[in-house]
Amino acid sequence: MEQLRQTPSQTVGPFFAYALTAEQYGYPYDSLMNHTLVSLDTPGQRIVVTGQVWDGAGATISDAVVELWQADAQGHYRTAPIEGNTATHTDRGFLGFGRVGTGTLPGHRYQFTTLKPGATGEGSAPHINVMLMMRGSLRNLYTRLYFADEPEANAQDILLNAVPAERRATLLAHRKEVNGEIRYIFDIHMQGSDETVFFEL
Amino acid sequence: MEALNKTSLPPLAAPVSSADVHPPHLSPAYKSTILRSPTQPLMPVRELIRDLSMPVFGQSVLREFDNDLTKNARINGEPIGERIKVAGRVLDETGRPLSNVLIELWQANSAGRYVHKAEIHDAPLDPNFLGGGRVLTDADGNYAFHTIKPGAYPWGNHYNAWRPNHIHFSVIGHQFEHRLVTQMYFPGDPLFDYDPIFQSVPQHARELLIAKFRMDWTEAEFALAYQFDIVLNGRHKTPFE
Ligand SMILES: [Fe+3]
Repeated sequence: MEQLRQTPSQTVGPFFAYALTAEQYGYPYDSLMNHTLVSLDTPGQRIVVTGQVWDGAGATISDAVVELWQADAQGHYRTAPIEGNTATHTDRGFLGFGRVGTGTLPGHRYQFTTLKPGATGEGSAPHINVMLMMRGSLRNLYTRLYFADEPEANAQDILLNAVPAERRATLLAHRKEVNGEIRYIFDIHMQGSDETVFFEL
Repeated sequence: MEALNKTSLPPLAAPVSSADVHPPHLSPAYKSTILRSPTQPLMPVRELIRDLSMPVFGQSVLREFDNDLTKNARINGEPIGERIKVAGRVLDETGRPLSNVLIELWQANSAGRYVHKAEIHDAPLDPNFLGGGRVLTDADGNYAFHTIKPGAYPWGNHYNAWRPNHIHFSVIGHQFEHRLVTQMYFPGDPLFDYDPIFQSVPQHARELLIAKFRMDWTEAEFALAYQFDIVLNGRHKTPFE
């Protein structure tokens, strides 16, 4: 079968914020997604997912965009269409998709409020899909966040086990409780001895 | 400044796959890639991932002028510059049109200035132009928006570096692997030969980023028109029957 050629990728550049993350950065435009993947009534364990993106010289990256796509607490991805014209739209239910830039928090952190996903099936440990875009990156980068406190499930995960053992730790988020809030820290390293494993889809 | 890579690829280099169009992660002429690109090869995982379908976006996510950048930020008049329409289709690699694909757009104004606070180019802001918008494809995969043709702007990559006129596109389709961020360029731009971001794409694929001028789509006495079709990564989906 004849295949059309894909449209080539280009960098998101430094000036995405007033369109992609306008509310977070205080621009006069609304945002379809933001740091919150859950609505108030979504069942599941509330967690914060946070971290920094590091360049090859050990500096934090201030102009990256991070997107998360994950299943709910039962391991189901959302299938219902996304409706409503702002990220704060109240009847959206569990969105499962979020987007933030790294330019507004101290230390160039990204931070999401979500819930801990359930495993999506046999051979799959709870995980969050992570998409990373930034100035200086000519293509989207896809990686996965797994939970360091799920060693048994992680040992069964087909994708995680396909990663060379010495690099698996780059995909593990570490749990930390801060004032009753459960945080998972997931740093992304572009280069160096801790270089994050990125996947090709 | 010498033209970059003008003769680097033989003219008949045929793509081995439909995905062989993307820039490499490391493209040293674009300096920011040096510290920001992975040094290890990406791990192919297509066969290990069952389904990353995403929900579609419904029409209710759009507001009235989201797809009209000439109207969506007016304060006291019309934005300055050349009004244009940009339209096209979003397809998967088998040519199947994709409906309800979310396209988010951003661009400089006609003077080459972004609204973004980090922008330092000494060109005027336009009080009636934000340069951001969004649009969904219809049932046949078509989209269209109106805007002002963006100006070229200088950037710090090297001495006297200028970006060709371009519009940034962020595309969210029906699968997680559809996710695409790209830039649309205008035909015949003299800056193509000097822009390491445009030049990062393999030579045989650069034409895919250049919109086509469409006289037959122009709106008489109102706006010129360009066609920009988008093909998303969907090689392992079952073909449309
Ligand atoms: Fe730009």
